[in-house]
This record gives sequence, structure tokens and C-alpha cells, in this order.
Amino acid sequence: MAVDSSIIEAVPISGANAQRHPAVNILRTVLLKVGSAIFVLWGAVTITFIVLMVLPGDRATILLNITSGQTIARTPEELAPINALYGFDQPILTQYIHYIAGLPHGDLGTSFELQRSVANIIGEQIAPTFTLAGSALLLAWIFAVPWTLFTAGRGRRIGAFGSATETIMAGLPQYWIGILLLIVFAIGLRWFPVIGGTSFMNTVLPTVTLAVPLAGFLGQSIRSEFDRTMREPFVLSARARGMSGVGVRARHVLRHALIPGITLSGWAIGHLLSGTVLVETVFARPGLGAILVNAVSNKDFALVSGCVILNSFLYVVINLVLDLIYLVVDPRLRGAV
Amino acid sequence: MTDVTTDIRPAAGRAGLVSRLAIVRVPVSIVLSALAVLFFVIAAAAPSVLSTHSAFDTDLLSSLTPPAADHWLGTDDIGRDLYSRIIWGTRGSLLIGVGAMAVAFAGATVLGFTAALAPKWVAQPINRILEILLAFPTLLLALLFVALLGPSATSLLISVGLGTTPGYARLIRAQTLKVKQSGYVEAARALGHPWQIVFIQHIAPNAFRPLVGLVALGIGQSVVWASGLSFLGLGVAPPSPEWGALLEAGKASITVAWWLEIFPGLAIVLVALSFTQIGQYIQDLAEGNAR
Repeated sequence: MAVDSSIIEAVPISGANAQRHPAVNILRTVLLKVGSAIFVLWGAVTITFIVLMVLPGDRATILLNITSGQTIARTPEELAPINALYGFDQPILTQYIHYIAGLPHGDLGTSFELQRSVANIIGEQIAPTFTLAGSALLLAWIFAVPWTLFTAGRGRRIGAFGSATETIMAGLPQYWIGILLLIVFAIGLRWFPVIGGTSFMNTVLPTVTLAVPLAGFLGQSIRSEFDRTMREPFVLSARARGMSGVGVRARHVLRHALIPGITLSGWAIGHLLSGTVLVETVFARPGLGAILVNAVSNKDFALVSGCVILNSFLYVVINLVLDLIYLVVDPRLRGAV
Repeated sequence: MTDVTTDIRPAAGRAGLVSRLAIVRVPVSIVLSALAVLFFVIAAAAPSVLSTHSAFDTDLLSSLTPPAADHWLGTDDIGRDLYSRIIWGTRGSLLIGVGAMAVAFAGATVLGFTAALAPKWVAQPINRILEILLAFPTLLLALLFVALLGPSATSLLISVGLGTTPGYARLIRAQTLKVKQSGYVEAARALGHPWQIVFIQHIAPNAFRPLVGLVALGIGQSVVWASGLSFLGLGVAPPSPEWGALLEAGKASITVAWWLEIFPGLAIVLVALSFTQIGQYIQDLAEGNAR
């Protein structure tokens, strides 16, 4: 995951184009960003559709075998009604157009195994997963900001201690943190329930589990920008004006340092949702992750695709919104495309 | 960056790195990480040297015993020695990690170089596809491939490899673009060298140098992803002592036998952290800013 965060830094921001009117530039940037977001979404849907198509084995056979719990070859007479019902007998292009056309209405197909609309299944399971991902992001911020504020730019030893902690936190696999917390706080100390659920007490440990590595990543990115900003001349001038050290850190430096943190949060939301897959399994907590793991092991492709599309949809939309927010917040980006 | 050194000092390759290692005091964390990696490499190459018991012999009389003198890390529900199982599982776990990294790196190298160097009509579509793939989180992409290939060690290796490919491809592309625009490449072109020579002598080595550390880093991460998938029951299945499979097998007795979950996880964490540390250190050395 450390690799992924460096991708974000590697995306170049090209210089402003001074010739055009600023409003034209902003409009152009916004349109380009919206266009590329739509393109990425279309691509994600298409790739998922292709995966559905190249799936080894006949889909109607898989579907019949899943619902009946058997693994046998089926006769054409048995398969014909299934093929007709799901439209598997139509040309691939027709199926593709049908699939794409259904998406804006929230039609993600029908789950092979559960024989229900994928959108309905996801709708039922999404709340606990969102609660978990959202509170983990919040907790990571609550930890990372004061942590960097107190340990960054304070001499080598404290800084090294701070960043070593972050490296270790970022490197810990989520499933192992979860197991550790479960053993210590649920089984050992009995502070929290062992059996999963969605109540507040059931949410605490999973939230901490997801938040720990994320806080590590957040801390790393905030720290490096914090250190860089501390060397800026305006910090010295603020100190010279008589502002206190803590005041400069909190009012000026932190504001700059938060920007990469916000970028990272956009990236993190997509990854948090997939991180919930592991954490929900550890804590036997209901949610999208549990549904997804089950769907993958049962080859319930309609459901797998639905989850994947939902995840990339959220990822793309959140990053688009963040990009647009930057345009408002940071005037330097307005001419850049 | 050490872009220019290759031209001025032709011998700056391995000799330069070794002499620098001798001068720079190697940090304690790197020494510890190297020792940990050495331990696991021995465990993978010759498990019988390090193990105290067989990995598969059951002993129902001493099932679920906590860590003690004769079973260092305790035993599982049918009395198999956990320490020996972890040792015997090292080969599988490391091979999957290394293999996945090899798959990812091979794919990423081809995609990254093509995206940076090929004519626009080839490069542009590749860039677009990479952009789309980056919208899938690694685990989700790997899950998609596992769903396609079915759970097994091989499909785990391929899935994790393919799942991590887009990220590396983007890095290689960015690195290559940077090198491509540098003065020495322009000079070589101006001297009339054919593009194959320019690529082999200048672009490839200089684009790769900062990525050496990335390989070490990536192996650690791949082990984590692969064990995670096994833990979900979508990778190597439990009778095998692969670390993720050990974790999955121990899940059932988590309330009575904490050691079955803690120690295999600790092995994964140790591998991940040591490879990450070493990878970052190599990266710093290659970029010439190690203290």
C-alpha cells in the first residue's frame, strides 16, 4: 500500500496557462475532470462486463448448479428457460448495451445464488460498511493530526520516533491488527463482544483496526509536507512578528500540511471499502465485505460485479469532488489541466 | 538522482554501492531486517534445519497446548507444532510473494515502458486502461481474478500479481518519462544512436535504478495481500501450512488458542516490515540521499 500512496505524489501538476481568460480555464478544467471521471467509470464497468463474459463455464449451468447445490452438466432443455430469462442467449453486444443501460437506474443484475436483485442486496448491507469506513477515516484523522503536530519538526529524535511509529502502523496488515484487538480486548479483557453485530460496541474494534494503518499513511504524508512547510520563509516571518511556535504550527503550517492528507483520504475511501472485506471477516460483522467474500467463493458473478462497480463508482465520484474542491481552495490549480 | 554518474564514472554500478555501504553506517533497523529476511530465506530453502517437529504429524494428546519448552509456539487443534508449521509454510508464502511481485513487475515493465515510449496511438490507450484499473483497489482487483481462476496457490500468485500491476506500471511510466527528458538521452539521440541502443544503454538502467528498492518493498506487500486472501478462504486451503491458511485454520479456535492467530500473523508482519525497511533503504541509497 505504501506504493499506492507514492502514485498520488507522482501525478504531475502542470503549470498554469496564462493566455486564456481564467473563467474559461476553470470551465475547461472542470469539464475535463468530469469527462475523465465518466470515462474511468465506463471503463470499470466494461472491464467488469468482460470478466463476466470470459468466465469459464456456461453461465446458465453455473446458475442452475449454484441454486440447486449440484455440479452436473445440464441438458439444453434445462438451460433454455434460464438463458431466455437472463438474456444469455442474446448477442454479447445486446447484453452489453442492456447492462450499461440498466446502470443509471441502479440495475446491477440479479444475484445467481440468492436470486434477488443485486442492488437490493447491496442496499441492505451497505449501511454497516459505510458506518465502519466513515468512522475509521474520522478516527485516523483524529489520531494523525495531533500526532504529527506534536512530533513533526521538533528535532531529529522525536521526528524519527514519530515517523518510525507511522511506518510500523502503515505496514501492519489489517487482518492481524483485528485479530490482535479481538484477542486482547474482546476475548481477554471482555470489554467488547466477540460475536459480530452492528451495535456501537461491535463497531469500536473494527473501526480501530481499519484506522490504525490509515493513520500511519496519513501521518506520513502530513509529516513530509509539514516538515517542508516549516522551512518556508513565511514561518520565520510569522515567528518574527511575535507569533508563538504552537500558533504558527497550528494556524499556518498545519493548513498546508493537510492538503496531501485530503488527497490521501480520497484514495483511502476506495481502499477502506475493500479493507472492510478483511475486517468484517475477522469480526464476523455483517456488511458488503462479507457479502463479497461469499459471492467470490460461490462464483456469484453478478454480485461480485455489483460490488466492484459500486466501489469504483464511489472512488471516482469522491476523487472528482475532491478535485473540484481543490479548484475552489487552491487558486494555483485553476489553469492547470 | 544519479543520472549523470553513469556517464562520468562508468564503474559507478555495484562497486559504488558497496563502497557507499562501507562508509555509511548501516542503521540498526536495517541490520535487524536483514537478519529477519535471512532467517526466513533459510526457512524457505531448508525448513528441516530450523524446524523442531514435523509440520504434519498430529499428536492428539497434546492438542491446543500453549507455547512451552517442547512446543515453542504451542500446538493446534490436532496437536501439530505451530512453530514448525510456520517454518514449513515459509516457502509457500515467500514463493507466492516473490512470484506475485515477478508477475506484477513483468507486466508493469512492459506496460510502463510502452506507455512512456511508444507512439501516441499505442501509449494513449494503455494510459487510459491503467487509469481505469487504478480505480479498482488492489484487493478488489485480486478478488476479481480469484473469482475467475478459482482458489489455489497459482491463482493467488497471478491474482495478487495482476492486482498490483497497475500501480507499478504507473510508477515505471513516470520514471521513464523523467529519464526520457533528461539531457544525456537527448545527447545520445543527437549523436545519432539508434533508439534500441539509447533504450538499452541509457533509458532502461536509469529508469530501473530507483525501482530496485521497490521490488523488495513489493515482495513484502505481496505476502501480506496473498495471506489476506488465504485468510478469507480464497487462497491456499488450510491443510497447507501457508501463513494465511494457518490464520484461517486458527480462526475457529481463537477464543481458546490465541497463539494460533498471533504467531502466523507475526511472521507475516515481520516479513512485510523487514522487506519494507530494506526496500526503502535501497531506494534511498539508489537516489543518493541516505544519511
